[in-house]
Amino acid sequence: MQVDITSNDANTTVAPTGDVDLSVSRDLQSALKKVMDDKPERVIVDLSGVPYMDSSGVATLVEAMQISRKQATRLVLCGMQEKVRSIFEIARLDKVFTIVDDPATADSA
Amino acid sequence: MSESPDHPQIAAPPSLTDLGEPLVRVEMRSQPRLLAGTRELVGAIAKRLGFSELEAGQIGLALDEALANVIRHGYKGRDDGLIMVSLWVSEGDGSTVGAGLHLCVEDQCPQVDPSKIRSRELSEVRPGGLGVHLIQEIMDASVFEKREQSGMRLRMSKFIPHNAGTMTGSVRHAG
Repeated sequence: MQVDITSNDANTTVAPTGDVDLSVSRDLQSALKKVMDDKPERVIVDLSGVPYMDSSGVATLVEAMQISRKQATRLVLCGMQEKVRSIFEIARLDKVFTIVDDPATADSA
Repeated sequence: MSESPDHPQIAAPPSLTDLGEPLVRVEMRSQPRLLAGTRELVGAIAKRLGFSELEAGQIGLALDEALANVIRHGYKGRDDGLIMVSLWVSEGDGSTVGAGLHLCVEDQCPQVDPSKIRSRELSEVRPGGLGVHLIQEIMDASVFEKREQSGMRLRMSKFIPHNAGTMTGSVRHAG
């Protein structure tokens, strides 16, 4: 898995590419923590390049959400593929996160 | 848990005795880098059996979660623990076992009380603890149990909806 990080004004986008499972979820966790340390106004996690995610990946995003709430950073997930969205639905987290379809929408979510 | 109209939720998967010898058996070490290959193998078989792309992916996810639980909680991150994955396909030909895919994950970890392995309360939003919930939601039946000599075993089944193709390419008829 590769994680690309880009910043644009108040927004920082984190874009992992590849499966996110127990073997790589710590890499995503590290990237998100590093981004959150700068306390940006909005963090967008672009999941369009993630075909698969297990509960360790979901846990990483839940942890990021908890950090974001403490420091008033808005966390937005976008670009979820069907298989990834289904795990959020099964875990009943699809209503907990702010989830939008594409990065353009995430800029104003 | 999910409930198919053709296969109402049942309490437990078929016994190993009913299933007989597995069609596929994989022995792997408790290394996270091996998860992808194992779940993709099972997902590919599930798809060929007639499960949808999404269902096949979810069956792979259920197996992934089972293996990850063994690696993290059973072997405590050790990378040399042994995990055995077995797979059966039942054709639902009038026997007590309906048409479906059956998986068994066995390890040599210290044994725990199976009743202690359960899903956490989902209303509490926190990292971790979702694996058992995902397994139970995705599969039609699942049971954790102690192995006879050492280690733990998870048996789980997903039944094939009527009208789905089978591994031999035939079409199942609703009835």
